[in-house]
Amino acid sequence: MRLTQGTFSFLPDLSDAEIAAQIDYALAQGWSCVVEYTDDPHPRNTFWEMWCVPLFDLRDAAGVMQEVSACRAGHPHAYVKVNAFDSTRGFETTRLSFIVQRPKTEPGYAMARTETHGRVQRYTYTRRRDAADGRPLA
Amino acid sequence: MNIPVENEAILRDPKARYRPGVLKYKEMGYWQPDYAPKDTDVVALFRITPQEGVDPEEAAAAVAGESSTATWTVVWTDRLTAAENYRAKAYRIEPVPNTGPGTATPQQWFARVAYDLDLFEPGSITNLTASVIGNVFGFKPLQALRLEDMRMPVAYLKTFDGPPTGIVVERERLDKFGRPLLGATVKPKLGLSGKNYGRVVYEALKGGLDFTKDDENINSQPFMHWRDRFLNCMEAVNRAQAATGEVKGHYLNVTAGTMEDMYERAEFAKELGSVIVMIDLVIGYTAIQSMSKWARRNDMVLHLHRAGHSTYTRQKNHGVSFRVIAKWMRMAGVDHLHAGTAVGKLEGDPATVQGFYNVCREAHNDVDLARGIFFEQPWAGLRKVMPVASGGIHAGQMHQLLDLFGDDCILQFGGGTIGHPMGIEAGATANRVALEAMVKARNEGRDIAREGPDILDRAAKRCLPLAQALDTWREVTFNYASTDTPDFAVTATPA
Repeated sequence: MRLTQGTFSFLPDLSDAEIAAQIDYALAQGWSCVVEYTDDPHPRNTFWEMWCVPLFDLRDAAGVMQEVSACRAGHPHAYVKVNAFDSTRGFETTRLSFIVQRPKTEPGYAMARTETHGRVQRYTYTRRRDAADGRPLA
Repeated sequence: MNIPVENEAILRDPKARYRPGVLKYKEMGYWQPDYAPKDTDVVALFRITPQEGVDPEEAAAAVAGESSTATWTVVWTDRLTAAENYRAKAYRIEPVPNTGPGTATPQQWFARVAYDLDLFEPGSITNLTASVIGNVFGFKPLQALRLEDMRMPVAYLKTFDGPPTGIVVERERLDKFGRPLLGATVKPKLGLSGKNYGRVVYEALKGGLDFTKDDENINSQPFMHWRDRFLNCMEAVNRAQAATGEVKGHYLNVTAGTMEDMYERAEFAKELGSVIVMIDLVIGYTAIQSMSKWARRNDMVLHLHRAGHSTYTRQKNHGVSFRVIAKWMRMAGVDHLHAGTAVGKLEGDPATVQGFYNVCREAHNDVDLARGIFFEQPWAGLRKVMPVASGGIHAGQMHQLLDLFGDDCILQFGGGTIGHPMGIEAGATANRVALEAMVKARNEGRDIAREGPDILDRAAKRCLPLAQALDTWREVTFNYASTDTPDFAVTATPA
């Protein structure tokens, strides 16, 4: 499956030049970028691991791209995303968030149902595992 | 000073002022051209069409009187009160541009009326509206009356909770940033069984939409009981979440005949794990505020469909402008509000609609006469409402929609998803690809208003569903004259 979180997941994976262009846009808005990664992109996983603290004083896309590259090298099988954070009053939140690396094979999630009363079901998602060794693919 | 001398004399002399009988509203103190509104006053701007021969100042005074303390005759019981405080004061009138002699429209006037804060119960839109649009709209000396805009004092705003979630928290909860959200209303809106209905939800969400939506008139009818709809929709939502790894939602419409029924439906939606419930404007202001409190207690996004509003918002000479409704709804506390598309099938002048969007989502509105905003309005930290564009829009308009409305809105393609020749999932994918391609191009510095069609064509080369959507709908437009457009003179001075 292709995980479709992030602003541009329905487009072909962005090239590094395209990623830098989006970072340039974010920096031009006055936003700060941060790189995050995870091997568990569950839809409710709000807190991916921070690769670095937000690059508040970095106004150059090349510097952000260095962190992207370093994070990819450190976690070659993880999902990696760039978030852009806006500290303007009334926002003070992420304004742009897009995936810049995916694992070669995306395992996805299996949905389990638990019957409760009436016809009500409880749904949980668990990471699919590699059939060969039973370990997560990511 | 506009008041004739004899009127001033009456105002100054309590014996003359309170002699039993009938006085002009101006003579009773409802016209005060020297009045400077206090920071704590609620201020309203009305568009007045007086009956033939009625003096516009008297008409404005009558509007102030009939929307506050006045009745048709003098009453001595006024003298038991600090009546001057409770009287609303009409303090300024100006002719509406392009009306009156030499035009097709009878002479109209913009009248500003100030209300003391103590006239209104804290935290009650119902009480506010019972005064400001209560009896006064049927008043005989007026041919027509429209409430164009209101300025809410910060002191009054602070008595309202506002949206239970707001744009910022909604985005964080959904983990979706940097682009408008995408939705679709299930069609046909009436007649589907619960299972077939849930199928539409599943296909659309799996295909790439963030939300699907019940229509305003889907409640609990013979063809589909509300519980069956909720169960099937939540199965679909969860299947789609597992398939995509994204948070998805379906606006479960909990509108019903009584509050008890609405609470029961909302509780069931919560039990099933829905992130959002929906209500219709026709349930009334008190019910909306009750559901807002419920949503706040239960971490639920609250979607409001503006069913019924066009009966009183569309005609320029009479009713209530939607920008006022939008202000009331931000105060009453909804998270989503249908606010027009400009380019779709329903009424909406682009500048006027942008004005509605700004009311929903700016922290501070400046005077913006071209967009119909007459007052500066600080929102005092009240959360922002996500405006929803819905009704006759399609992927071929993506550049126009993004250019007009920016990122913080929901674009809802009902027919434009479900009517796709290759099916619902393909329709959803077409919309999502068109949107992401347009956001990417805009961020890269492209002029999307001009280059939009080219950007869409290039994206369609890599996405067959988008190519098919463009082939099907690209030429579809709804070009009719708008009935609700701002009237302003370029030289008009802000309040």
